[in-house]
Order: sequence, then C-alpha cells, then structure tokens
Amino acid sequence: MFTAIFGSFEAGIIYAIMALGVYLSFRILDFPDLTVDGSFVTGAAVTAVMIAGGANPFYATIMALFAGFAAGCMTGLLHTFGKINNLLSGILMMIALYSINLRIMGRSNIPLLNADTTFTKIRGVFDEAGIDSFFNGILSTVGLSDSLPETWGILIVMIFVTFVIKFITDWFLQTEIGLAIRATGDNKRMIRSLSANTSILVVLGLGLSNALVAFSGALIAQQGGFADVGMGIGMIVIGLASVIIGEALFGTKTIARTTLAVIGGSIIYRIVVTLALRVEFLDPGDMKLITAIIVIIALTTPKIIDSSKEKKRKAQKRTRMIQASAQTRGENHAAIKSDS
Amino acid sequence: MLQLNQIHKIFNEGTPDEKMAINQVDLTLKPGDFVTVIGSNGAGKSTLMNIISGVLIPDVGEVRIADKDVTNMSEFNRSKMIGRVFQDPMAGTAPSMTIEENLAMAYSRNKTRTLRRGVTKKRREYFREVLESLHLGLENRLNAKVGLLSGGERQALSLLMATFTEPSILLLDEHTAALDPSRAELITNLTKEIVDKYHLTTLMVTHNMQQAIDLGNRLIMMDKGQIILEVNEEQKNKLTIEGLLAEFKRIRGAQMASDRAILA
Repeated sequence: MFTAIFGSFEAGIIYAIMALGVYLSFRILDFPDLTVDGSFVTGAAVTAVMIAGGANPFYATIMALFAGFAAGCMTGLLHTFGKINNLLSGILMMIALYSINLRIMGRSNIPLLNADTTFTKIRGVFDEAGIDSFFNGILSTVGLSDSLPETWGILIVMIFVTFVIKFITDWFLQTEIGLAIRATGDNKRMIRSLSANTSILVVLGLGLSNALVAFSGALIAQQGGFADVGMGIGMIVIGLASVIIGEALFGTKTIARTTLAVIGGSIIYRIVVTLALRVEFLDPGDMKLITAIIVIIALTTPKIIDSSKEKKRKAQKRTRMIQASAQTRGENHAAIKSDS
Repeated sequence: MLQLNQIHKIFNEGTPDEKMAINQVDLTLKPGDFVTVIGSNGAGKSTLMNIISGVLIPDVGEVRIADKDVTNMSEFNRSKMIGRVFQDPMAGTAPSMTIEENLAMAYSRNKTRTLRRGVTKKRREYFREVLESLHLGLENRLNAKVGLLSGGERQALSLLMATFTEPSILLLDEHTAALDPSRAELITNLTKEIVDKYHLTTLMVTHNMQQAIDLGNRLIMMDKGQIILEVNEEQKNKLTIEGLLAEFKRIRGAQMASDRAILA
C-alpha cells in the first residue's frame, strides 16, 4: 500500500508538469488544446531516441522542451494564421504528430531499461550520498520495512524541478508579455486595442504549454523505462482532470495559488487512480474509463453541492418568514380580541 | 492629427445584401479637436470608427494619423496611437485580472512588451495616482478583480486605460450608452475632465443629442454613410436639439429615424 501511494506521488509530481502545460492552454489562453496527446509522446520519443543513441540524458530531456514548443507553435499557427477552429487545429496536429512520432522513433516502442537515463544518474548520486538508506532507515523504524521504495531520488528531484517550473510560470504570467497572454484568453478585443498582437501571443502561449507537456513526457518515458507511440492517448483528459480537481480542492484566488492547485490536483488524480485500480473488479484497461468518470465527478459535484446548499438556504429562509408572519398575525389577533 | 481622405467602404459587394457603409467621407481633426458624431442607426458611425482604428480596411481612401499613412497598418500596431472605449463596459477590460494588471497592460500600449514585471512598485504608485483622478475610490482596490466592478466603474477604468498613455487619437464609441443616467453623467464629466487634461484629439460617437451638443468643439452628423452636416465651434455654441432636428429635416426632407436619438 505504501509503495503504491509512493509511486503515485512520484508519477503525480512528474505529470504535474504536463498539467501545468494544460493549465496554460486550457485556462490561461482559453484554448482546449488536443495537441497535448501528441506532443507528450513527441517529448518522450525525442528523448528516448537520443538516450538510446547514447546522448547525455539531461541534454536529451532538454531537447524535448524544444520539440514540444515547435509542435505547440504549429497548432497556434494553424489556428491564428490558418483561421482553423481551435479544437480542430489541435486535433489535426495530434493526428499529424502520431505519424511524426513514429518517424522519430522508427518503431512503435523504444525500451530504456538498461540505458543511462536522468533518473538512473540521480539514483546513483542518492545511493552514494546515503540519502536513500537514511530515509528508508526512518521508514523501517516506524514499521514500514517491508515496503521500502527503491530510491527517494526521483521524488525529491522532481519536487524540486516541478516547483522551479511552477515559480517560473508564476513569474512569467506577471510579466508584461505574460499579462498580455492572460488578457488574450480573457478579452481578445481589449488587448488588441492595447496594441498587442494576439496571434503571436496565442502561438507563443501554445508553444510554451506544449513544451512543458513534452518535457513531462520525456521524464515519464525515463521513469517508466520506455517510450511508446500510444502513451499519449487521453493525456489531455488527464491534464484537465488534474486542473479541475486541483482548482476545485485548492482554489484559484491567485495565479500562484492556482498553479500550486494544479500540481496538487495531479498528485491526487494519481492517488485516486491507484486506489481505484486496487479494486478487485477493475483492471488496468479500465484506466481511461476511470479518468473520464473522475473528470465527470469533478465537473458536476461542485455544482450539485452548490445548488443543494442554495435549496437548503431558501427552505430555511421560507420557514423563518412563515414563523415570523405567524407571530405578527398572532399578535394582531390578540390586539383585536383585547379591543373587543 | 487625424485625416480621412475620400473613404469608401461597401459591405458584401456584388451580393443582394450589398450596403454602402461609408460613401466618400472626408474629415480632418486638428490637434486638440473634440468632435462629436451623431446620426441614426446604420448611418456609418461605427464603421467609421472601425476604419480609423484598423478593425476594417477601407475599399478606397486614405487614413492618416499624425501625418503618417496608416491605411493598411494592422489594428494592433495602430493601437499604439489610438485609445478606444467601447459601448459595452465588458469590452474594455479583462474581467479575470486585477485593476492594477489591467492598468499595467494599458501602460505597455505604446511600448514594446518585455519580460519585465508588469506591475512594479513604482508603477503601482503611478496607477494609484491616476486612479485617484476618477474619484471612485478604485485606488484602494488595486488588487480587486475587474469582474467585480460595476458597469460604471469598469467604463471609468476603460476610459482611464484608453487615455493615460496620451494617445494621438481617442475614439469613444457610444461609451455611455449602456449606463444608467447618473452613471452616464459621471462618465461624461470624466471624459470632459480627461480630454481637457491631456489635450486629446477626440472623436466621440453618441446617440444622445444633448451630450453631442454639450461636449467638444465640433459636431458632425452622418446619414447613409455620408457626413451631411458639419458644425464648427462658433455655430456649435448656439446649437439646440430642436435646431439639429430641424437641420436634419431640411437636408434630408425626412424625420430623423432614430427614436433613441430624440428621446435621449
């Protein structure tokens, strides 16, 4: 049980980078960008091919950022200069990327199990420094010695990386260009009247969004030990689930709060899926169904809770008013009686 | 400051819906001119505004701002020189962003946007200062989301955002039409105050004849895509609503079509 939760934490924090990318397109730009399903794999493919070819894994992971950026920019160009509907330009790019990803990889699956990845390097450092044995020692003393994680390195480093990305995102959205991108998603007409080129801002925003998505894909490939051409299917829904769950649970008061919420949402989503898969009746093939149901629940329950609260409030108010009027009527009645 | 030479614009040319929106319009605004534009619905006032701001490109003719030919310049490039306030209070501000963020975006209008922080300490002080000139207490709510403001407050903020970078041209497109009478009066007074303060060259479309007469130093009346009447400063001081309506009847031989114009 502990290992499962630990695993979902680890995956959640890596997928959180993808969720931050989806947050940029879906919430900031108000652009439901389906490119994500393709660009996630593009990131994984580029990095896997480079690592399998013997490149430095850090360098290979950084290259995924650029590949994703290019993919996102293409979607943006289709939408702004090609004047194609936003959903459709994302779908077109997603389909195109499927073939492009196959071309990059050369086959449909690249295993990385024996390769030198970012995470094997991190694991080596943590092993040597004795950090893993330190944390595992603590766990053993509290009686969890039968479910020790192999390494703490991935979790700790990924928490650091994800939060660096979060802070960069927060900062970027407060800059002059960042403000203009936010306004593009909020009120295009207004920001155009304030001399901003909304087309370029949309392209830039989608590029950055998909760069994060591809970066996340590159890391997931290295964590899982393979890149597969089908690993991006449904990724946009997972991203949306993380954003929506996070926003519902942690609030959206400021940008910094919301990005934190998105990271939290990603981790909680992973935990929920892990717990759901432990149910005897469900098997891994049901994961997409579970995802869809989680998103549906996250989208509908807040509204249901709100309306039932509202109903209760109205009912209470009604009874209060009836009681009050009954009382005054009673008094009037008494007054009339005493007169006669 | 603003020159329109022989502007023509036809919508849906060659179809049964063909409509002559602007027919041979010439108009020159000297620096500091404040021109009010009246006319019934469909007279071409909004089309004229859109041609000046670059939303629409004229079929024939030339638009010059500050002695520069901007006829084919894109809308966002032209916006560096043009401040605009729309009729819809929702249109001029970004509702999910705060007051200071909205002001910061307007502040970058005539500059290149960079990766510097949009709202710095120094700018915040400046924003507070300019907001005080609205007398609405907004200077104490810099971090409030604009979506929480009332229509009047938003329109006042839009007006400030359109003007405080001192654009070459200010375009007001019925910017008080969606407000209740007292709010409309407030915005009208603010408009007067701000235009005087920055000596802005202004073109204001309105359906309110009294407002058209009270504000500005010149008045033009449009009908069917043409400017049918131009009133200069001297004549404008003596102008009344009755006089305007009589003038329209004399020129067109018909009653003014817009009820709104008469009732307002």
